Amino acid sequence: MAVEPKEYNLDREITWCPGCGNFAIMDTLKRTLAGLGLSPHQVLIVAGIGQAGKMGQHMKANTLHVLHGRLLPVATGAGLVNNRLKVLAIGGDGDGYAEGGNHLIHAARRNIDVTYMVHNNMIYGLTKGQASPTSTKSIKTPTTPQGNPLEGLNPITLLLGLKASFVARSFAGDKEQLRAILEKAIQKPGFAFIDILQQCPSFNKVNTFKWFKERVYDINEAGHDPSDLKEAFRVALEWGDRIPTGIFYEDPEPRPVFREAVLGGEDKPVTTSEINPLDITEIMEEHL
Amino acid sequence: MADHDYSVKVGGEAGQGINTIASILSRSFADQGLHLFAYQDYYSRVRGGHNFYQVRTATYPVYTFSDNLEVLVALDKASLDLHAGELNPGGVIIYDKALEVETPGDNALPLPMAALGKKHGGKEVMGNSVAAGAAWQVMDGDQTILEQTLGRLFQKKGSAVAEANLKAARAGADYARDNFTGSCKCRLQKTSDKKSLVLTGNEALALGSLAAGCRFISSYPMTPASGVMQYMARQTRRLPLAYEQAEDEIAAINMSIGAANAGARAMVATSGGGFSLMVEGLSLAGMNETPLVIVLGQRPGPATGMATRTEQGDLLFALHAGSGEFPRAIFAPRTAEEAFWTAADAFNIAERYQVPVFVMSDQHLADAYYTVEPFKLNKVVIDRGQVITDNELSQMETYNRYKITESGISPRAFMGQGEKCVMVPGNEHNESGYSTEDPVVRTRMQDKRMRKHKAMAKEVKAPDSYGANNPDTILLTWGSSYGACREAVDRANRQGEKWQVVSFPQLWPFPAKEAMALTGKAERVISVEMNSTGQLGRLLRLETGRQPDLAVLKYDGRPMNATYVLNQIENGGVFPWQ
Ligand SMILES: Cc1ncc(C[n+]2csc(CCOP(=O)(O)OP(=O)(O)O)c2C)c(N)n1
Ligand SMILES: [Mg+2]
Repeated sequence: MAVEPKEYNLDREITWCPGCGNFAIMDTLKRTLAGLGLSPHQVLIVAGIGQAGKMGQHMKANTLHVLHGRLLPVATGAGLVNNRLKVLAIGGDGDGYAEGGNHLIHAARRNIDVTYMVHNNMIYGLTKGQASPTSTKSIKTPTTPQGNPLEGLNPITLLLGLKASFVARSFAGDKEQLRAILEKAIQKPGFAFIDILQQCPSFNKVNTFKWFKERVYDINEAGHDPSDLKEAFRVALEWGDRIPTGIFYEDPEPRPVFREAVLGGEDKPVTTSEINPLDITEIMEEHL
Repeated sequence: MADHDYSVKVGGEAGQGINTIASILSRSFADQGLHLFAYQDYYSRVRGGHNFYQVRTATYPVYTFSDNLEVLVALDKASLDLHAGELNPGGVIIYDKALEVETPGDNALPLPMAALGKKHGGKEVMGNSVAAGAAWQVMDGDQTILEQTLGRLFQKKGSAVAEANLKAARAGADYARDNFTGSCKCRLQKTSDKKSLVLTGNEALALGSLAAGCRFISSYPMTPASGVMQYMARQTRRLPLAYEQAEDEIAAINMSIGAANAGARAMVATSGGGFSLMVEGLSLAGMNETPLVIVLGQRPGPATGMATRTEQGDLLFALHAGSGEFPRAIFAPRTAEEAFWTAADAFNIAERYQVPVFVMSDQHLADAYYTVEPFKLNKVVIDRGQVITDNELSQMETYNRYKITESGISPRAFMGQGEKCVMVPGNEHNESGYSTEDPVVRTRMQDKRMRKHKAMAKEVKAPDSYGANNPDTILLTWGSSYGACREAVDRANRQGEKWQVVSFPQLWPFPAKEAMALTGKAERVISVEMNSTGQLGRLLRLETGRQPDLAVLKYDGRPMNATYVLNQIENGGVFPWQ
């Protein structure tokens, strides 16, 4: 039976500002999941804290709306235990690149079977406009009143450096590209990372919708081959008048996902609602 | 036959093999049907430093170490310098002949350990078995038992290795028989043929967790809790158990929270510093009502403190950790046997009340070896509490994870269990799990969560009393310090005193009524703890208004024993609660 995007609707007040990029991202995600034939109960959204993290409150699915920056460890544990769930991790740039930076490194290294969407508005939205790790140099925010002294972090080269199994960037203003990338990411076993550029009309007056729109271009359309890691680095270094989007890197050969590495060939969930006592007689008797 | 109670100390540098000698002797004592308490004292370094193992074996149960030794096995000069004075009159010293030292008295055996090891076992390291064989001979142990032990201990390394160790041990025994001119009072008895387990507190905790059906452990190594995670990690090849060494303790607890919500019994194991990093996750488990077991193996703090030493300084930290108010349970096993059952129960309490549960140990309990009768594994009960069946779930229109109930417990469904979505938030939320700031809902939710505390309090494990009836003096204690208190009370009562130990296998919810009933009539309540502020005494006052009269405290990182407790009381103790 076909799944309708509206099955993902939750009849609740949505708390984003008018014109927020999150609307387009959520709408595209619903369409993508429905298009893949996934029903809400087959999906687990592990969401961080922030406006982006509110996806864990605004969509119907299994949701673990957790602590600021801690979504990837939670997704790791849940996915290890129940591999029948399609696990998505969703959070902001502050959530993922500041508070959760260490977890990002290790999630990529483990190759957990999770699609990780970072809504990158280059600002802290929920807490009203402080600088984030991806904020533009010189931008004035309540916490950088003299202008941000630092260069923004480049999440794409970071993830390429970790040789994450799927590394992409998209833009909330290009729903078609976003959907195509999400579709691939969600179907791909292993860690799929997507940095999604997003306007924040309330707090980021520098990197606006128009600013992004004028700069983004699709690297795959321009001929980039995602199996070429070296070339991916070269392309990913670009930032300024032109901003590359698309799939930078994708493992040419499938590599083992984390669950296989931990549990061997075990295909079943580690547990269901019933647990049988484990027979530990043999282990105990080693102490005799 | 008369009871006996002997102690052997094996001292040397890290890496010299004192562990091997101590484990050969320990296992052999146990196989003669004797009880055992063996603890090690080691530095946080891989080579060098002076370390020792003290093995106590008696015809009756022992839960602490004694002051004096019958036998000292010295692999380095420091062992002679530091421990020769601990020998009882008539005690024996067996020391490495290769050490160039003056003969430490008449009752000593210089043993060419490495040389005999090389000659009879083929390698100098076989000197460890030579030493074990000599000590066993001197203590008049049953030779066949020693040989069985060696066979079992070294079997894993192949029969050639086992055979070589056997030959080395025989050579040690022969050498002692032919060359030891002194005398040893030890006559090791063979009290029973029943086999007992020899295991540490950490091993018992891990075994209990496995027995309880724990399917997920994520942790970051930190002494003295690493033993638990390593033990579990070893079992993943034969059990459907997922284990992950996280990037830090923050990740560890959050991984377990994810696993628990997906339906696994999940745990973490750490020490104080690592638990500090877990505090935010603990609070999340409080808010989203995730069942979780936290093994907290205490070492002295603050900060990195002393990695390989012992303390009981984190009780009030565990009790108060986490932002906001939420129910939790704190257990503190006193012996390895209790550690097993406590771990097994902890998962039931965690799941029945959907709360984080602490199992607190300390380095002394975590690393010490105890003899325990084999656990009756079929007595382990797995009670997952109110879990919604697949069928019930399918009949529901929607599933409310946080349904408000009289008990405060909302029946649980797991993510992916059926066709209903499960919403689990970290913000305050309504019954369905949707976040809210509504003051009425907030109050109802907080009340709902805290009702679980009341329910848990009704089935709290009561404090346990041991010693004289109608006591005038009560030693109040918890954790491994129980062993020292128990023996102190026995010794005092043999002198005609009326003393009792009141010890707490569970510290939260605090069993206030039971504590009052037990301590109310005593003239003197003395809190005995391995910390500098008397945390259990403080908790007693907080929860009952009864303040202990004095305290016996120790916080030098080294465990206490009965003599320490008695001496401190004799000297008036301390009063840390001003
Ligand atoms: C441990 C912790 N520290 C700080 C906060 C406050 N906080 C909430 S969201 C946020 C940053 C949000 O920025 P981002 O992650 O970029 O998400 P956005 O709102 O922009 O989507 C902060 C600092 C928190 N909730 N928890
Ligand atoms: Mg942001």
